Amino acid sequence: MTALEAVVLTIITASTPLLLAAIGELVVERSGVLNLGVEGMMIIGAVSGFAAAYSSGSALVGVAAAIAMGAGVALLFAYFTQTLVTNQVATGLALTLFGLGLSGLIGEGFTGLPGVKLQRIHIPGLTDIPLLGPVLFGQDALVYASIAITVLVAWVLARTRIGLVIRATGGNHHSAHALGYRVIAVRYACIAFGGACAGLAGGYLSLVYTPQWIENMTAGRGWIALALVVFSTWAPRRVAIGAYLFGTVWIMGLYAQGVGIGIPPQLLSSLPYLATIAALVLISGNRLLTRKNTPACLGLPFVPDR
Amino acid sequence: MKLLFEQRAHPSRLMTVVSPLLAVLLMLIVGAILFAGRGVDPWRGLYVYFIEPVASLWSIEEMVVKATPLVLIGVGLAVCFRANVWNIGAEGQLTLGAIAGAAIPILANQWQSPLVLPLMMLLGMAGGIAWAAIPALLRNRFGANEILTSLMLVYVAQLLLDWLVRGPWRDPEGYNFPESVALEGLQLLPTLGYSRVHLGGAFAVLAVLVLFLFMARTLKGFEIEVSGAAPRASGFGGFSRPRTVWFCLALSGALAGLAGIGEIAGPVGQLQPVISPGYGFTAIIVAFLGRLNPIGVLFAGIILAISYLGGEGAQIELGMSDKTAQVFQGTLLFFILASDTLIRYRIRVVRRTEPVAEAAR
Repeated sequence: MTALEAVVLTIITASTPLLLAAIGELVVERSGVLNLGVEGMMIIGAVSGFAAAYSSGSALVGVAAAIAMGAGVALLFAYFTQTLVTNQVATGLALTLFGLGLSGLIGEGFTGLPGVKLQRIHIPGLTDIPLLGPVLFGQDALVYASIAITVLVAWVLARTRIGLVIRATGGNHHSAHALGYRVIAVRYACIAFGGACAGLAGGYLSLVYTPQWIENMTAGRGWIALALVVFSTWAPRRVAIGAYLFGTVWIMGLYAQGVGIGIPPQLLSSLPYLATIAALVLISGNRLLTRKNTPACLGLPFVPDR
Repeated sequence: MKLLFEQRAHPSRLMTVVSPLLAVLLMLIVGAILFAGRGVDPWRGLYVYFIEPVASLWSIEEMVVKATPLVLIGVGLAVCFRANVWNIGAEGQLTLGAIAGAAIPILANQWQSPLVLPLMMLLGMAGGIAWAAIPALLRNRFGANEILTSLMLVYVAQLLLDWLVRGPWRDPEGYNFPESVALEGLQLLPTLGYSRVHLGGAFAVLAVLVLFLFMARTLKGFEIEVSGAAPRASGFGGFSRPRTVWFCLALSGALAGLAGIGEIAGPVGQLQPVISPGYGFTAIIVAFLGRLNPIGVLFAGIILAISYLGGEGAQIELGMSDKTAQVFQGTLLFFILASDTLIRYRIRVVRRTEPVAEAAR
């Protein structure tokens, strides 16, 4: 494997969890719900994915557990914000704080244990092509899944009836309700989907990125995913571009640390966070672009009148 | 059977008082279940967690030490959240306050004067304000979401602190430990007798009283209230939203910064890579448990300080992870938010058939 191949491969590995978490949250926000609990759902996915894979010896079981647990805690959020009509911002924060605590509690016995890594696929012949081979045909299954999900979400939102209902719910929940759509049910489903994606993103961290359990291993990726959704102006294609951009920044920081070019490692580690702020400023300053897709009912409570 | 939510014409006064208590009660029940699940006698678990921290003079002192930063930060956040300004980066503002305030004793190590401490406190507040000013500026100038920017700055602040204590500000005689020189003499906050309770506690109480009067009695307080509750009306009233954003972020930043330097000049005593067990985040829970009311925040800060102490006790006595405290705190916030629903809505249990009957009417 050449050095260039290695860099490209690590960038893809770093970008995939961001893409997964962000594309899930995009669907949630398109339905008019702001779930700030991405970081919490991710870390729960990471710990349960690791625990299940370690206990069963199968990475696939880990992936399934990460998805299920991510969706599970997301449903908790859905129950609070949709059924009990709690404040979405505060409930999302609660989910993150709760998730970080609970993951530490679950993961207590798993710290330092060797993980089960989800292997990369290998197609003889194709994968062996220099550079293109490993990049196009030598990834783990979840990389392909993340791209498939993104394409699917883009298609469903733009071209299908389900997508239209989701967008209507986010655009004007009173109208959607008047038309007979079950606003709360749609939002429950979107929140669960977002949670499943965030859980999978977390599972990716503990099964592929660094196949072990480390406390707080999400390191703010859930928050960056949230920023990516804003950065993308709620368009799936741009979420993918943004995720790969941020994955690149993340890896460049790590490589620069490895080379040791005299820049404090802490400064390099802070690059993804600074880049997030810069991206938010750039995109938010452009009102025209943001207004176009911003769901009008984002974060607003909905109580159906009878 | 179905739960039905009817919006109340006015928020229920009774529920405003009852709901936080209900939330704490629910948290205790979940706690008992959690203890039982871990094979710990629930009564003993709850006793260690919530009674022992207030059962001796020593632990009450410790409780005050822990409640100090929580109340200082929480009361600032309460004002912020009232205005719908979502500063969730208080942890970063605390860190910057600690760094800015500690600059004096670290750079002028020998300087002992009655002036040192007030200067440190002022610089600490300035540091917090500076860090909070970034999200305020980006919000007002570019419309960037302050939730995300303030949170991102937490990571940056912690990395900055890490760099300082491992690099330029490391104690040259500290055997290569990532620590600054220790503060001494007049650089430390005066304490109550021989305890660890320090002057910061008085600052916290003062902040609570001042902000209570401020919110209840001044026009600016009213402006903040309206800006959050009815943004459009506030605009028609001639109140400026950008000014509210500036004010709220600067205020909460200053208080978080003060809490930060208070920790350094108080119980911590020097800069080190980790200076807070997440006070800035827990203070969010404090603000909500206190129902975004300064006086309420005072009591809420005490309750969460107990949960920190209980967590330490449970770790030593019951062998439970220190993460248990964080789970309790997160659960508590969930329950506070849920019981808040009782304030705004009347909940009725109806049978499935009722809507049909009503439709026929």
